[in-house]
Amino acid sequence: MNALPCTIYVSFAGAAAALALGRRSPTAARVGALVSALLAWGITLVAAFRFVPRPEGLQTLVDTPWIPQMGIHYHLAADGISLTLMVLTGLAAVAGILFSWNVVERTGEFFAFYLALIGGVFGVFLSADAFLFFVFYEIAIVPKYFLISIWGSTNREYGAMKLVLYSFAGSALVLAGLLWAYAAGGAQSFAISDLAMAATRFTHAEQVGMFGLVFLGFGVLAGMFPFHTWAPTGHVAAPTAASMLLAGVVMKLGAYGCLRIALPLFPTGLLFWQPMIAWLAVIGIVYAGLIALVQEDFKFVIGYSSVSHMGFVILGLAAANVRAVSGAVLQMFSHGVIAGLLFAVVGRMVYDRTHTRKLADLRQMSLYKQIPFAATVFVLAGLASMGMPGFSGFPAELTILIGAWQTSPWCTAVAAVGVLVAAAFTLRVIQASFFGTAKQPPAGAAPPVALPPITLPEKCGALLLIGATILIGLKPDLLLDLIRPALQAPLFQAALGGGAP
Amino acid sequence: MSNYPLLSLIVLTPWAGGLLLALLPKIGAGASRTIALVFSLSTLGLAALVLASFDAAAPGYQFVERRDWIASLNVHYYLGLDGLSLLLVLLTGIIAPVGLLASWRQTRDPRFFSLLFLVLQGSALGVFLALDFVPWFLFWELSLVPAYFLIKLWGGAGASRAAYQFVIYTIGGSAFMLLGFAGIFLTTGTLDFPTLARLGADGSLALRLSDLGGFWPTAVFLGVFIGLAVKVPLFPFHTWLPSAYAEAPTGASMFLTGVMSKMGVYGFIRILWPLFPAKLHALAPGLIWLALGGVVLGAFAAMRQTDLKRMVAYSSINHVSYCLLALFAVASVPGPGGQAAASALSGSLLQMFNHGLSAAALFFCVGVLEARSGGLRGIGDFGGVRSLAPLFAGLCGISMFSSLGLPGLNGFVGEFLIFRGVWGLVPWAAALSCLGLFATAYFLLTFWQKVFHGPKAGAAANGFGDLTGVELLTLVPLVVLMFAFGVLPQILTGLFNPLVTTWVNHLTP
Repeated sequence: MNALPCTIYVSFAGAAAALALGRRSPTAARVGALVSALLAWGITLVAAFRFVPRPEGLQTLVDTPWIPQMGIHYHLAADGISLTLMVLTGLAAVAGILFSWNVVERTGEFFAFYLALIGGVFGVFLSADAFLFFVFYEIAIVPKYFLISIWGSTNREYGAMKLVLYSFAGSALVLAGLLWAYAAGGAQSFAISDLAMAATRFTHAEQVGMFGLVFLGFGVLAGMFPFHTWAPTGHVAAPTAASMLLAGVVMKLGAYGCLRIALPLFPTGLLFWQPMIAWLAVIGIVYAGLIALVQEDFKFVIGYSSVSHMGFVILGLAAANVRAVSGAVLQMFSHGVIAGLLFAVVGRMVYDRTHTRKLADLRQMSLYKQIPFAATVFVLAGLASMGMPGFSGFPAELTILIGAWQTSPWCTAVAAVGVLVAAAFTLRVIQASFFGTAKQPPAGAAPPVALPPITLPEKCGALLLIGATILIGLKPDLLLDLIRPALQAPLFQAALGGGAP
Repeated sequence: MSNYPLLSLIVLTPWAGGLLLALLPKIGAGASRTIALVFSLSTLGLAALVLASFDAAAPGYQFVERRDWIASLNVHYYLGLDGLSLLLVLLTGIIAPVGLLASWRQTRDPRFFSLLFLVLQGSALGVFLALDFVPWFLFWELSLVPAYFLIKLWGGAGASRAAYQFVIYTIGGSAFMLLGFAGIFLTTGTLDFPTLARLGADGSLALRLSDLGGFWPTAVFLGVFIGLAVKVPLFPFHTWLPSAYAEAPTGASMFLTGVMSKMGVYGFIRILWPLFPAKLHALAPGLIWLALGGVVLGAFAAMRQTDLKRMVAYSSINHVSYCLLALFAVASVPGPGGQAAASALSGSLLQMFNHGLSAAALFFCVGVLEARSGGLRGIGDFGGVRSLAPLFAGLCGISMFSSLGLPGLNGFVGEFLIFRGVWGLVPWAAALSCLGLFATAYFLLTFWQKVFHGPKAGAAANGFGDLTGVELLTLVPLVVLMFAFGVLPQILTGLFNPLVTTWVNHLTP
């Protein structure tokens, strides 16, 4: 547990090491990156196994004054929610490195940016000080830009720029909301608990305004409809490992911010905005699903599916009861794993081999005959993404549906339609990408080139992620037992009613 | 024997076979077929062990296995068996190996085909044995995956579309069922079928659901109803069926119609009726019309088909709708239904089993015609087959007569009991459903005449080989069972008679 802050330092150290090693040989940089990611993941796993929840929720790990004049502390703390997401981050980081084994262009720098992003993400999940949270949040944005604009593909400058502008716009809203809360409430410090204390003195109008700013700001990064448009273009433009992290982890930062900051600080504001957010969430689920249904670019389908799945997270958060929110956190984990897997198949296994992402081209290839491993992985990932029981998405979505029904039955019914749409677009893309029927090639055409076989790092990465989604699908209690006590903590009492689930 | 987790073994053995095949990528065609057949036969073997110590008169579930699973959702790994489950386990045990035998000549990747088939078998068995919503739903949804790939990869020209339609329809239904159970869990805190059935019987489930307010209690019922109705399928949710059954490869069609269509009927009897007796009673008059729609329109649609496989597919809608007609008729009358209700329900269960046998046999016969003619299956593509292949003609004829309910064969008993029961409960519905009988007789006899009689014509003009050894091995067991259960239906009714009596006394509102 006390080693958790080391995840941040290990990742930043790994970034520096990768940069240094990369000058000598790309392999050294890869191995260095993998070692540091494995180390960080190992730390999170050990902490998760040894974790004992305490009634106060967040357990402080480090707390030293940073900018005492403004009451800003370097305050790191963890509870079951942050642990769950840190385990996810570690897992996604390791898998992403395995799927980037074939990066040859400026390998050292690639992994340096990659690990810096991971370090920033770990920092966000550990911050118990709103200002520190914000700093790490910004640290995570910068490497994303470079990862996409240097190593990306289709429209990479556009995608990178759009993503960064949306992210900064979102964080500006968050910052405005936080400063407002700090100034208006006369809080002692930026510690989340202090801010929450101060927030009890706000008028209703202030609560509504602040919650609106902060939630909207974080919602942008979580891909909340209608501010989601950065997500598909960014995902598509990014190199494989970055798409995996973007969809898998970075979108969670937004949702985590909503949960960690917006909900505890402004419970009355939440009450006011609740119906609106729930409706935006379900509209996002169905709308993004329908868009995914008609995409002709393989990666765009997956990009929109991420938006659709994050809608479930937001629906869970908006329902604001312990059950729904625990489902939302579980869905964050689940989607992180599944999105990672889907992007790995699209970007690494398929695109790097066929150099096309057009479904029309892929239909002609009957890829399942050539790379059956990739087809199997994609089918499993697709089933998980549809919410098939036995995979992690199912307990998460079921928990969210049950919880959300309590607050807003109509939204829940629409979300069920979203489940159907998800099945439709997933099945369509499975058919089109791997199981198309090849037309007879015209006489005299060159025989199709054999695709390179799936490499060992790819297999390891895929098995890791599939193992995780099945493990949590069959044993969701492993995570729910971490998440639920955290939601019973005093900080969440006001927002979630703290009542029996 | 009850110390062993027999039911888990029944479910998991086919899956273990599938796993074995998955781990042996280099295995030859013959070996993979043999492995699949052996693992598939395990169901019958284990079911025999169950039969040995099964007590039909004992109340409740037997061979129960219950372990904690997901504490946060109060979910248990809960398996149990009663007469109804046992009947369907036996049916699965018969149809699955027969379906594999029917695919013995399947040359395109037999390993993967067998693997999917075993996964499908295990999932279907799980549906018939699980007593908690989450494991039940797991099996229910998982069964779609192998079925999808069996249709898509080994099916006919329109298979892709048919498979897609099949899965989307079913998942669409399931999504609403999931929503319904979310509402049930919210109000009761449990997803355990026997507990929910107890709550349903004394009306407290309806009371608790009314907490949801507004139209939501009805929405819960409708969600569960739609999920099951699509699977059966009940008219008008049947539109996915003809193309799915017609495009699927023969072995898969046999399993789809023989076993998977029973999953829906099973759900109606195991879940919908016990959980919502009052709602079902209220809606039964309307639902009887839907079941009649399936009975009558299914048969008339079959009459209009020129494609034999589609004809048999439509006739499946007709036959399975009888099962639901009986259930709805029982639910529609107030108070205990007495003798008529018991008769209708027994008939419904028997019909499930018998339709499994006869429809599987008919799909196989169409498959034989297809295999001999290079893929033709139009009713006008054949003629005079009887003189060339008398054995085939004879066995196919028996299957047809079983399907149209000739006394002495199995189909008669079930339909007779249904008619007798429904006649005593809702006479006009029984009368109307006779229209379906006439149409069935008409199209099956047309099938018989056009294909087997007359001058040698069409694909049969250049000769038509009689059944081979493997084909005989596929068809003869089914035909033997048709005679056996036609003459001695009490072998089957003995399994579930006490159960039906309990239902009639306790479940009818």
